[in-house]
Amino acid sequence: MTDTTVLDTLRRAVPAASLEAGSATDMPTLYVDRDHIVDVCRVLRDAPSLQFALLVEVTSVDLLPAEPRFEVVYHLACLGEAYGHAPARRLRLKVRVTAADPRVSTVTSIYPGAGWPEREVYDLMGITFDGHADLRRILTPDDWQGHPLRKDYPVQVRKDAASWSPLQLTPEEFAANVRSAQMQADKAAGKK
Amino acid sequence: MQGFWPVLIMIGLGIGFAAGSVLLSQFLGPRKPTPEKSAPYECGMPAVGDARERQSVKFYLVAMIFLLFDIEVAFLYPWAVALRDLGPSGLWQLVTFFGLLLTGYIYVWRKGAFDWSGEKKRVRAPRGRT
Amino acid sequence: MADIEIPILTTTVEKMVQWARRSAIWPVTFGLACCAIEMMAMSCGRYDIARFGAEVFRGSPRQSDLMIVAGRLSRKMAPVLRRIYDQMPEPKWVISMGACASCGGVFDNYAIVQGVDQIVPIDVFVPGCPPRPEALIYGIVQLQRKIDKQRMSA
Repeated sequence: MTDTTVLDTLRRAVPAASLEAGSATDMPTLYVDRDHIVDVCRVLRDAPSLQFALLVEVTSVDLLPAEPRFEVVYHLACLGEAYGHAPARRLRLKVRVTAADPRVSTVTSIYPGAGWPEREVYDLMGITFDGHADLRRILTPDDWQGHPLRKDYPVQVRKDAASWSPLQLTPEEFAANVRSAQMQADKAAGKK
Repeated sequence: MQGFWPVLIMIGLGIGFAAGSVLLSQFLGPRKPTPEKSAPYECGMPAVGDARERQSVKFYLVAMIFLLFDIEVAFLYPWAVALRDLGPSGLWQLVTFFGLLLTGYIYVWRKGAFDWSGEKKRVRAPRGRT
Repeated sequence: MADIEIPILTTTVEKMVQWARRSAIWPVTFGLACCAIEMMAMSCGRYDIARFGAEVFRGSPRQSDLMIVAGRLSRKMAPVLRRIYDQMPEPKWVISMGACASCGGVFDNYAIVQGVDQIVPIDVFVPGCPPRPEALIYGIVQLQRKIDKQRMSA
């Protein structure tokens, strides 16, 4: 199911982007190339006929062994009467990401609500978001190694659970601790 | 002294019960302090920083005003009991007392000590200007 | 008269202390997942746990005797569980409620701790997914029987 008005508006507004319609049946789907996702999102949010002001979700798909391996999926919604003049509808954007270079620009400058969903995608799938202010793990422990929702990650992990946490921290230690746990764990695992 | 025995027994029972509970739990209860047990409680997370923070002054103001007027009301009780013997002059003395405190109350009210939300009143434009 | 020995006095005190401890065993709220709903059901009107002494669920570990670990424990939550357990004053007991707390349950994966007894010592395991409120009440009654047998550590 494609929505030609959205596609045409975007093609006119961001001519450099390579857009193609997807074939999902529940909501209009567009494939956007990685370099233009931020511009496309800006047009989607600001264009008076589109007004997709609500970012519902940012998720990702691992298509191993297909190449390109990852897809980052953005669900957007226009709220219709409650927000403005554009009709209420939903839209899905997909960005194909290769395994060799799993990076996408962050859309937090357009949709600040993408902060934590992008952290979740980074944590569970390992896709880095360039320009994200605070890209660190969110669901797994701070010093976890690996990205659990990838297809080549084992389901069962036999490991003792760590149960120690410091008793008292200064605010500076607290801020530094969060990053250093990941860095120390990376060093211990000999990360490339 | 005759009438005070019940009061003294009551005080003794009260203090005795409280002290007895504390002493009993001291002797019968286990005592195993560890650093983790005495650490400040922050819902299981490590405690960050100090617990000393700036609090709003409105709590202090309301507490002080309450204290003053509570004592004022406490004066009302013996006065009410003795009113018949005091006569009209007693009434007018208390009315004066209440009037003085009422003036203070209105002053505190106008100054904004009861404004819990702390929003500043909108400044009205002075007369004579457009 | 000479048959009465001093240990009887200590035994009586011990029995009294055991009775006091098991009759007013206040849990700390540690509902993690679906088992917490059954724990709440147990504390409400139909399966009232207050008649067994667990009058209130204390919000603070410092005012509670019992920790009912109700639900699956994720690896990220394990230090929090340990810290809350550490901050409970003696005497304290732990009930592991449900399959996930006892052994990881249906979640044999990277995120869930396979058995809460890796983190804290458990007194009673209550199996079920989730255990019915009656099952959890039975677990608490078993704990009360266990407390009856405990020596008083002065």
